Amino acid sequence: MDEDHAMSADTPEPPARSLPLILAREFAANLATPMFLIDANGAMVFYNDAAGLLLGKPFGELGEIPMEEFGAVLELGLPTGEHLRRRDSPAGIAFFEQRPAHATVVATAFDGSRRTFEATAYPLFASAGDMHGVISVFWEEAGSPGAP
Amino acid sequence: MRARIWGCRGSLATPGADTVRYGGNTSCVEVRLASGHVLVLDAGTGMRPLGVAMQADLPAKLHLMLTHLHLDHLQGLGFFRPLFAPDLEIAVWGPTSPVQRLEERIAKYLSPPLFPVHLDDIPARLSFHDAPETAITIGSATVRAAKVTHQGPTVAYRIEEDGQVLVYLPDHEPSISSDLSAVPADWISGYDIARGADVLLHDAQYGDHEYGAHVGWGHSSITDTMVFAAKAEVARLLLFHHDPYHDDDELDDLLVEARRLWAGPPECVQLAAEGMTIVLEAGEVRVSGGA
Repeated sequence: MDEDHAMSADTPEPPARSLPLILAREFAANLATPMFLIDANGAMVFYNDAAGLLLGKPFGELGEIPMEEFGAVLELGLPTGEHLRRRDSPAGIAFFEQRPAHATVVATAFDGSRRTFEATAYPLFASAGDMHGVISVFWEEAGSPGAP
Repeated sequence: MRARIWGCRGSLATPGADTVRYGGNTSCVEVRLASGHVLVLDAGTGMRPLGVAMQADLPAKLHLMLTHLHLDHLQGLGFFRPLFAPDLEIAVWGPTSPVQRLEERIAKYLSPPLFPVHLDDIPARLSFHDAPETAITIGSATVRAAKVTHQGPTVAYRIEEDGQVLVYLPDHEPSISSDLSAVPADWISGYDIARGADVLLHDAQYGDHEYGAHVGWGHSSITDTMVFAAKAEVARLLLFHHDPYHDDDELDDLLVEARRLWAGPPECVQLAAEGMTIVLEAGEVRVSGGA
C-alpha cells in the first residue's frame, strides 16, 4: 500500500449528503427563524444560529447528534408537564410518519432554562417515497421566559 | 477512457471570430471507454459536429447522458445525424422530475412547433432512463450521477474506469449565498460526486466582478469554482461553460485569475476548448488540442 492510500484509509470518508438536505441547510443558515434539520437516518445534522440562541448553545459547539442520543441531549415536554416522547414531537412525527406536524412543546435548553415553543416540522421528499430528512421550524411562545 | 470536447460554451451558441479559439458550440463531450462503449455527455450544439464525425464509424449503441434539459444542453440532439439511423440504439439518461417523465420533457423540444420531427418519429431506437444515482456499469466503466444545485433538476456525472475518474459538472452554483471556503466540504453540492477526480470539467461562467449580478442563476464565480475544486481535491480542472459574452481574450484573463487562486501546479487548470482531448490511461492524464 502506498503512502497516499494509507493516509486515505486513516481518514474517515465524510457522509454523502443529499442535495435536498444541502439546500435546506443553506436555507436555514440564511434565516433568522430558528430551524433544525434531521437527515434520513434520524440524526440531527444542523441547526441555525437563531435556534442556537434559543437552545443555549451554537451548533458548532454541539455538532451532529445521532438519533439514539438526541433524547439525552434535549429534553422535551408538553405544556401540561408530561414528558413528550421524541417520536411524538413534531419532528418525530414528520420523520417516522412522514407527514407534517405541529405542536406546542416545552424544551429544556442547554443552559437549563425551560422554554415553550411552537414547533412545525415537515418531511423533505425529493420524489415520491424518497425521504431525505426533516425540517423543523420553531419559535418561542410569547410569555415564555426569554421570549421577545 | 478518452474524452473529446465538442462544445463548452454556456447558455447560447456563440460563433464568430472572437470565440474561435475556445469555441462557440454549447455543451457536448464524447467519452470513449476502453471497452469500446460510447458515452455522450449533453446534447448542446456541439453534438452536430460530433454526429458528422461519428457517422463514418457508427457504434451499435451509445449512451446520451444529459445533465439537465436547458436548451444549451439539448439543442444539438435534433441535429445529431445518427439520430436518423434506424439501427442505432441510444439510451438517454437524464435527471428525474417529480412531475414529468424524461421522455415527455425532451419531447417538449423535439416536437412541432419547436422542431419539425416529433420524438416518436425519430428513426433511432431510443430508450429513456433516470440518471443513475447508484453506480451502474457501462462496459469497462462505472457511471454515477448526483443531483447538484442549478436551476431545475440537474445532475453531474462521475465516470470511473480502471481507477481513474472523470467528472462532468458543467452547470453548477455550489453556494448561492455562503462563503464556500467556510462551508464543510460534505455540505457542498457536488462534493461527493467530484471528490478526488483526476479530471473535473466544471462551470466557470463568471468572473467575480460579474457574479454579483447573477447570484441564483445557477452558475459559478471563478472563486467558487476554484474553492470547490480544491475542497474536492481534484487533480486537474477544466474550466467549462464559458459565458457567451466572454470572448477568447476575456477567457484568457479568467484563466490567469483561476491559476492565481489555485495552490497546485498552474498547468493543471485549463480552459476547456473545442477539439480538446483528455486521455485517462494507465494512471496518467494527457490533455491536448484545443486552443
